[in-house]
Amino acid sequence: MAPDTLLRIGCGSGFSGDRIDAPGPVVDALIAAGGPAALMLEVLGERTLALAQRERLHRPEAGYEPALIDLLRPILARCVAHGIPIVTNGGAANPRGAAQAVLALGRELGLPALRIGVVEGDDIRGTDALDDLDPWEGDAGAVLEPARVIAANVYLGAAPIAEALRGGAQVVVTGRCSDPALALGPMLAHFGWSEDDWDRLAAGTMAGHLLECGSQITGGYFADPGVKDVPGMATLGFPIAEIGADGAVLITKPAGTGGVVDRRTVTEQLLYELHDPSAYLTPDVVLDITGVRITEEAPDRVRVAGARGRPRPERLKATVSLPGGWLGEGEISYAGPNARARAELAGRTLRERLRMLGLEAAARLDLIGVVSVFAGDDRVPAGTADVAPADLRLRLAVATETRAEAERAVREVLSLYCCGPAGGGGVRTRVVDRIRTLSFLVPRERLAPRVILLELEA
Amino acid sequence: MSAVPLYRLAHARAGDKGNRLNIALIAHRAEDWPHLAAQVTEARVLAHFAHRGASAVRRHDLPGLGAFNFVIEDVLQGGVNGALNLDGHGKSLSFHLLALEVEPPAPG
Repeated sequence: MAPDTLLRIGCGSGFSGDRIDAPGPVVDALIAAGGPAALMLEVLGERTLALAQRERLHRPEAGYEPALIDLLRPILARCVAHGIPIVTNGGAANPRGAAQAVLALGRELGLPALRIGVVEGDDIRGTDALDDLDPWEGDAGAVLEPARVIAANVYLGAAPIAEALRGGAQVVVTGRCSDPALALGPMLAHFGWSEDDWDRLAAGTMAGHLLECGSQITGGYFADPGVKDVPGMATLGFPIAEIGADGAVLITKPAGTGGVVDRRTVTEQLLYELHDPSAYLTPDVVLDITGVRITEEAPDRVRVAGARGRPRPERLKATVSLPGGWLGEGEISYAGPNARARAELAGRTLRERLRMLGLEAAARLDLIGVVSVFAGDDRVPAGTADVAPADLRLRLAVATETRAEAERAVREVLSLYCCGPAGGGGVRTRVVDRIRTLSFLVPRERLAPRVILLELEA
Repeated sequence: MSAVPLYRLAHARAGDKGNRLNIALIAHRAEDWPHLAAQVTEARVLAHFAHRGASAVRRHDLPGLGAFNFVIEDVLQGGVNGALNLDGHGKSLSFHLLALEVEPPAPG
């Protein structure tokens, strides 16, 4: 490949629950553009990985993102035919298992050949890296009990992804890696940027950060009718970044799709989940966006320039998942005259019942329709005292050590059918186990990322 | 002059990491940035989120983007894996910030 050509990177998925049909128009646009391109699929949340690890305990071949094959089925043959590599973190707790499933899909689709790159080494359970962890600043004071660890994964960088691509992988499957690395890996492989070219790594990482949440930069999670209007919400086009050899970044989306790319959508996503904008820590580079300028060059074409980079951190972030007890939730509706008073009576009744059961300490009540998500566990924001909607919903949430306690607590919501105030209806209850995640820092030299290439066998 | 909700002057997006929330606040009109810088102080934002247990607020200024990044500590009641709140991520809290009452900018 000529390293001075533009590289297009499309993003077909921004999180594990994203639209399954989103990658199609992105792939169509990459093919139509004709030049070198890659597709990233980000599908791995913190909780997703722990659930996948738990799933793998029951079925050793499982533990990768269940939707991965559904995402790939409509696009895999076209990407292979047009030389567009796909990079995904859908390997979750079992990248090799995911690779086997992708190979099986290739066989099913009748592909003559397929090479999968598997990135491993993010999973540090049972390694000595676990002995050398310091709590991340946001989890100061956290103490790790190794015997209780469900999952422990380090955020790897872009280098192993680039290595797999240089080895001819048409699909690269990783477990945990930094989300921007899914885009930076193809840039490293294409442009051959050196590992200490900090400003280019910063530009590529910024582009990956802008892409990683999919439609969150093309009008998704943005619309506010009458203030920030977005056309075509049902057919949002997912983003494509055009990357220059010098690190130039332009964000766009496929023609003919819904959504919008403008200064506002790009600014919201640029700052998404960022803390200090002068020091966004990634495994590949410390990114400084304080000098970034955003320019609308044409409709749905936005230039983002001015990222600066500093040497990558010596320690990498690891997410450790531990059992987190149980969550019980129950809801019941009250509507019509005096609905708020009846719902509040139901709430007081629940409190008293939970006190009798010894479960009150870890309980929270919401009046959905009056105030819920803005409230603290025991304080509400000002201005809600006089709100009296004619249709609202009381919600109980409890955190317990055992499943039995959670079930006992939510049963009290069900009991309101007969024992509660007049006119309660529509009870729903749910009990789920929880996973607690903590972040730690691991010295880079403790890690051994590795790449394995797997082939379709005739 | 009577106060207006911040919502009239800016838009916002929230993101979470553990028990820490960040809210990007972006001026609709770049020329309002200095006015917002004077109005939306760390102290005011801390008070606005006090009922959620916020313990500290740090404001990062991005004048070139017409934006601010607020990092709010301990506001998520343990974060998405520990909170009893329906919105354990705190994603809706961007609109709580936008409900903050501020002075309107001088007509210009």
